Amino acid sequence: MTLWWAIAAVCAGCYALKLAGLAAPRRVLDHPGMRRFAELVPVALLAALIAVQTFTAQGGLSFDPARTAGLGAAVVALLLRAPFLVVLASAAVVTALARILLG
Amino acid sequence: MEETTSRSAAVRDGLGVGLAVGLSGIAFGAAAVTAGLSVPQACVLSLLAFTGASQFALTGAVAAGGDLLAATLGALLLGGRNTLYGLRMADLLRVRGARRLLAAHGVIDETTAVTMAQPTPEAARTGFVTTFAGLYAAWNLTTLAGAYGTSFLGDPGVLGLDVVGPVAFLAILWPRLAESAELRWLAAGAAAIALCATPFLPAGVPVLLSAVAVLAVMLR
Repeated sequence: MTLWWAIAAVCAGCYALKLAGLAAPRRVLDHPGMRRFAELVPVALLAALIAVQTFTAQGGLSFDPARTAGLGAAVVALLLRAPFLVVLASAAVVTALARILLG
Repeated sequence: MEETTSRSAAVRDGLGVGLAVGLSGIAFGAAAVTAGLSVPQACVLSLLAFTGASQFALTGAVAAGGDLLAATLGALLLGGRNTLYGLRMADLLRVRGARRLLAAHGVIDETTAVTMAQPTPEAARTGFVTTFAGLYAAWNLTTLAGAYGTSFLGDPGVLGLDVVGPVAFLAILWPRLAESAELRWLAAGAAAIALCATPFLPAGVPVLLSAVAVLAVMLR
């Protein structure tokens, strides 16, 4: 399997997965259990993505003080009701500064 | 009047999220080229796969020298959540035919978050279109810039760009966490499951496994 084939499979597969959700039959959509599941799942997956992208590296747990400081800065910005761009910028700036200061 | 207000708020939300998150394409372009992909390969992924976490999962596995089949499956597992987003969004978007084929490409974390946050169905559709358009343009342009610029930029971590992905997800999740203790427990449980599973399972699987926390909440 060459890299181009892997890329083609990921592109085609990701599009098919997106379309499958939009094109699902009405009775699947109207089932109350399915609605609640579809409402809760993004919360779980986004929280898991935040944790994995912040606290893991190369398939293992890893604590990066700079990235953690950036996430902390984002929490402070969110508590202060800062706009989205300000939240992202303050996290990136704090992470970059922490890397410089922590060597 | 109220409808106009909520629609222009949706445009603001959509473009804000789209452009801000789209800028992290520079981190993807850089990561892809660092992992050994060519500039065209990085750009094709952003144009046609267009789902950040899956793209990062694939390049991450390539960089780690992982098996390409496993890397592909991991990226697709991660893309599986877009199916669930689509199930929820079909109700709000109500698109058919060719428009559905186009709209499907835009069903991702960020467009779902903005769409679901809108107070009316009209504002939801406006939010979807503006987030999709802004994010698609920004993500693809910055992927190209990041891929080309990598040799000059050196390590994108120096600019703190690696934190942009998780922080964008946090900002999107924040309003829902602020209003519900149940969702806070769900988020904490899901994060804990994913972290505990990471050392034992291939990249991409721990995030999907965290959906088990949803079953715990539903059966409670």
